[in-house]
Amino acid sequence: MGRKAIIEVKDLEVRYGDAVIFRDVNFKVYEGEIFVVLGGSGCGKSTLLKSLIGLLSPHAGRILVDGDEVIAEDEDGLKKILTKIGVLYQSAALFGSMTVAQNVALPIEEYTSLKKDAVDMLVKMKLGLVNLDGYGNHLPSELSGGMKKRAGLARAMALNPKILFFDEPSAGLDPITSAELDNLLLHLNRTLGTTMVIVTHELDSIFTVASRIIMLDKKAKGMIAEGNPRYLRDNSQNAFVKQFFNRRA
Amino acid sequence: MNTANPPLPYEISENTEDGTTIRFHGRMDSSNAGSLMEDLSRYFSQNPPGNLTVDMENVTYLDDFGALVLVELRKIAVKGNGDFNLRHPGEKIREMLMFLRFDSLFKKVSFEKKRRQGVFVRLGEKTYDILNDIKYAVSFIGAITLSLGQHLVHPKLLRREDTLDYMQKTGVDGLPIVALISFLMGLIMAFMSSVQLEQFGANIYVASLVGLSMTRELGPIMTAIIVAGRSGSAFAAEIGTMKISEEVDALFTMGFDPVGFLVIPKLIAAIVMVPILTLFSDIFAIAGGLLVGVFMLDLTAGAYVAQTVNTLTLFDVFWGVLKSGIFGLVITWVGCLRGFQVSGGAASVGQATTSAVVSSIFLIILFDSIFSVILRYTG
Repeated sequence: MGRKAIIEVKDLEVRYGDAVIFRDVNFKVYEGEIFVVLGGSGCGKSTLLKSLIGLLSPHAGRILVDGDEVIAEDEDGLKKILTKIGVLYQSAALFGSMTVAQNVALPIEEYTSLKKDAVDMLVKMKLGLVNLDGYGNHLPSELSGGMKKRAGLARAMALNPKILFFDEPSAGLDPITSAELDNLLLHLNRTLGTTMVIVTHELDSIFTVASRIIMLDKKAKGMIAEGNPRYLRDNSQNAFVKQFFNRRA
Repeated sequence: MNTANPPLPYEISENTEDGTTIRFHGRMDSSNAGSLMEDLSRYFSQNPPGNLTVDMENVTYLDDFGALVLVELRKIAVKGNGDFNLRHPGEKIREMLMFLRFDSLFKKVSFEKKRRQGVFVRLGEKTYDILNDIKYAVSFIGAITLSLGQHLVHPKLLRREDTLDYMQKTGVDGLPIVALISFLMGLIMAFMSSVQLEQFGANIYVASLVGLSMTRELGPIMTAIIVAGRSGSAFAAEIGTMKISEEVDALFTMGFDPVGFLVIPKLIAAIVMVPILTLFSDIFAIAGGLLVGVFMLDLTAGAYVAQTVNTLTLFDVFWGVLKSGIFGLVITWVGCLRGFQVSGGAASVGQATTSAVVSSIFLIILFDSIFSVILRYTG
């Protein structure tokens, strides 16, 4: 395949104490695709995400993000990787004491030498991109759930990172807001070419946005499927995968 | 220009009929937008462009940082009364510019906070807030009294494990620091007073001074201040965090009385433990004084203790203990009150914690003054 892999995970194993969460996880995420990590509750999806963004040291294995090793990196190396990624947390994690505009401006002011006027213009554009025009002076506590997510997204893509990570982006959103967010992700992916890694278990969302998925399973303690979600739904021989895609108990 | 960086992706051709033309090529993104803007504004400040045409034919990628460069160039052109033209943008670039609503990005953007209100409006708001605060504080006293009454009628309502847990946190865990500080206080007082009393050969009265002042005043106050700092703040932070994570709402909807559930165990723990801590404080302070008496003032340990016992009456000790019980009540009341007043986010929890400690210390001193006045007119 001619595509460039932007994330490579090799033989990853994570444990909490003696308990193995997953082992032998291997996959690649290619530049520009929307990659979804799936699985039932407690299978280690969020743990995998934390490992990918350097918040958690795995027991064994390698993670390469844009060619740089996440695990062995010293602080400077990790900082370099962190400028290439943005993360939208489940609760959006906006700083409550700052306005939406200040939240978005924070990384821009820290990592670029742009003047105040230019930063403000850029923040306006970012807020426009996520349909939050006119909400710059609001505090996060004054926003609805969907708006918080979009503001969190604007902050995550403040520096236009190559990769955006999402932890359960549709959690707690109504179906319409959730669908709007999916459309926004698709639009951003198309226009900016940002690679996206999404951890979720919202089926509708998966079929709308995902180019490729991997599925983790608690019992198997590892990956049980990889590929196109529609193909897996119709052709997978794995009982859990079938159950998951067809919503059977 | 920095030679270590790749050359910036543009060329300027001047003096065409249209004015100045800039040709960009390659990527215009976050990696080069800052340098592009700096470079171009420096160039155009010396060579005003007149009409400015930007040729985008060879631009392969443009993001919002790249668009920011175009916004700046348009600003420069308009400032010099020239026209701004964008030529040959590719389909993706046109889409990006439309997505960003490039044509509407004219006005200077400012996210400055709204201007502050006039002094009278603020004064009025503050007064209103203070009155509301007082109202809430009084109604909170009512809620606690009601809940205490319920607990007296139905003692089974009391959450015993929580109460014991808070007793340990407030009392047992606080003992080392109370003991250490009291010991040092006794030591300092004995040392300082001995300098004066020694001149009159009245060394033995160091024991009276330390014993009496610590038992009646300083013991209860110091202990209460330490408990306010350790436990009052913890009460406010705990309830405040529970409030913002909707745990207090959950208690309410499950049919629990949040005050009974959260405040009463803390209240009982504090009312029981602060007096006990105060007794320990008295003992350690006297021990501190004893150390100075024996090693610096040539008193015997027996004489020092005897003098202390002779000076102190049981009333002095009980008076200190009674006061500290009230201080414990005040600390819990303020700590929990501030916790329940939290709204919004993490910053509000911090504010509540600070306010809990400051208000507690103020109230401790205030109540102590009231006690002194009562004692003066009744004792």
